[in-house]
Amino acid sequence: MIRFFQKTFVIAEFEIIKIFRDPTEILTRAVQPALWLLVFGQVFVRIRITGAVNYLDFMSPGILAQSTLFVSIFYGIAIIWERDLGLTHKFLATPTPRAALVLGKALSAGVRCIPLAAIVYLLALLLGVQMNGSPFALLGVLLMVILGSVVFSTFSLIIACLVKTRERFMGVGQLMTMPLFFASNAIYPLALMPPWLQAISKVNPLSYMIDALRELMTGIPGPFGLSLDFLVLFLCSMGLLALGSVLYKRVIT
Amino acid sequence: MQNAIVGKPILETHDLTRKYGEFVAVDHLNIAVAAGEIFALLGPNGAGKTTAIKMLTTLLPATSGDATIAGFSITHDPSNVRASIGYVPQLISVDGTLTGYENLLLFAKLYGLPRVERKTRIAESLEFMGLTEAAHKSVHDYSGGMIRRLEIAQSMMHRPALLFLDEPTVGLDPIARNLVWEHIVELQKTFGTTILLTTHLMEEADELCDRVAFLSRGKLSVVGTPQELKNSLGDPNATLEDVFIHYATESLDADTRSTYRTIKQTRNMAARIG
Ligand SMILES: Nc1ncnc2c1ncn2[C@@H]1O[C@H](COP(=O)(O)OP(=O)(O)OP(=O)(O)O)[C@@H](O)[C@H]1O
Ligand SMILES: [Mg+2]
Repeated sequence: MIRFFQKTFVIAEFEIIKIFRDPTEILTRAVQPALWLLVFGQVFVRIRITGAVNYLDFMSPGILAQSTLFVSIFYGIAIIWERDLGLTHKFLATPTPRAALVLGKALSAGVRCIPLAAIVYLLALLLGVQMNGSPFALLGVLLMVILGSVVFSTFSLIIACLVKTRERFMGVGQLMTMPLFFASNAIYPLALMPPWLQAISKVNPLSYMIDALRELMTGIPGPFGLSLDFLVLFLCSMGLLALGSVLYKRVIT
Repeated sequence: MQNAIVGKPILETHDLTRKYGEFVAVDHLNIAVAAGEIFALLGPNGAGKTTAIKMLTTLLPATSGDATIAGFSITHDPSNVRASIGYVPQLISVDGTLTGYENLLLFAKLYGLPRVERKTRIAESLEFMGLTEAAHKSVHDYSGGMIRRLEIAQSMMHRPALLFLDEPTVGLDPIARNLVWEHIVELQKTFGTTILLTTHLMEEADELCDRVAFLSRGKLSVVGTPQELKNSLGDPNATLEDVFIHYATESLDADTRSTYRTIKQTRNMAARIG
């Protein structure tokens, strides 16, 4: 068990070294959430779809979750890239447990999202969003960002292992991100959705992630509650990691 | 010139077979490799060499049959097999974003080398492969030959008993190629590592391998020392290339699957490394 986590952290450690070799990537990734906050948010703040709650307060956690989703959901492309090179073959021929390889990579995707989260936080502060600065809240946000990206990056890895080529993966990836995003409570509340969309949102892990971030960051309570949010994300990540560990070796055949 | 070997076998296959759908890529393969040998799997493109190696390194399940490595079955005990082997795939297997040193450190940790040993083991390996000066350069800036030597060093971090090298010299210029070969022989001498490799260069195989096996369309055609095989043709001037041609021509034209896939892989590899 200890060895399992050791191996997991070794994989994550080197993935993280690689991420910080190219910090420009983090900046380019921050452009999209910035646009949402600075353009979309500035318009929608005027229509007050969230009632008494300031719309920017409402959407900032949603945008944070969205940027996590967009970064993590394309993680599979790296998996295919490593396979094309031959790296995956070598990793799989070492005695490292498959689950440690998959979890290590997923955790590194989580770390990849942290600087992004910090940028979104900063932007929201500049826009005057009232945010909870208590260490407990910040820690909760950090945990949720990592948990969320573990869920979406592992989901992405599973897709990569099934479709196997970069072209097909890009197609599927693009196909999935927008529906996942729109069928969530990121930029409008659950209560405003037609019933069918509400039903979909309630089985979308992204909604639970946003629900938690919203409560932790701005104190706006959501319909689900923090414990349910964390439970859903945790169970999702466990299920996906188990599936991903079984499927990972299929990427090379 | 039989499959019999001198000494203790480190690798034995028993009717090892792999099918892709109906197509039989490796067909009831029976070979034995003795501890400390340098052994080559030879044969035309698509003969099944890489497929055989993938099964032996536990990357691909066998359709039927089995093999034992250092006494462990590849089907029943894959994790012990993985701990006993090193593997350098036909493709590139070091990370270009990391330095040479980091690539070795990553595998030293994955193979669970104790912290106190890591530093010396890495320094030793770099020295051994002639990479000490380039240790802290990004692998992006390595030449093809340096990449190959780093890959070999990486797969030797845990001093495995058996090392698989799939086309270690593909795409290298003659100087880089010789250097890689020198290091392979040196490995075998210093650590007693058994080496199973593939190559399309018959002169190399002739000069450096203790024994070679010819595969043709998944089946074992013949196995023996290069000298035995050359003698068997009955022509005193025969080269190993003649042996290759002798056993390959029977199958050449009949092979309609002319292996676009494997050729593409090899060419990509050559392009990338070159
Ligand atoms: N994933 C796969 N699906 C279907 N057929 C495959 C697959 N991988 C390999 N093959 C086929 O199996 C046969 C053996 O391939 P293999 O890669 O083992 O050949 P090889 O001896 O290594 O060739 P080369 O010298 O070109 O590397 C080829 O005909 C190839 O097309
Ligand atoms: Mg091959």
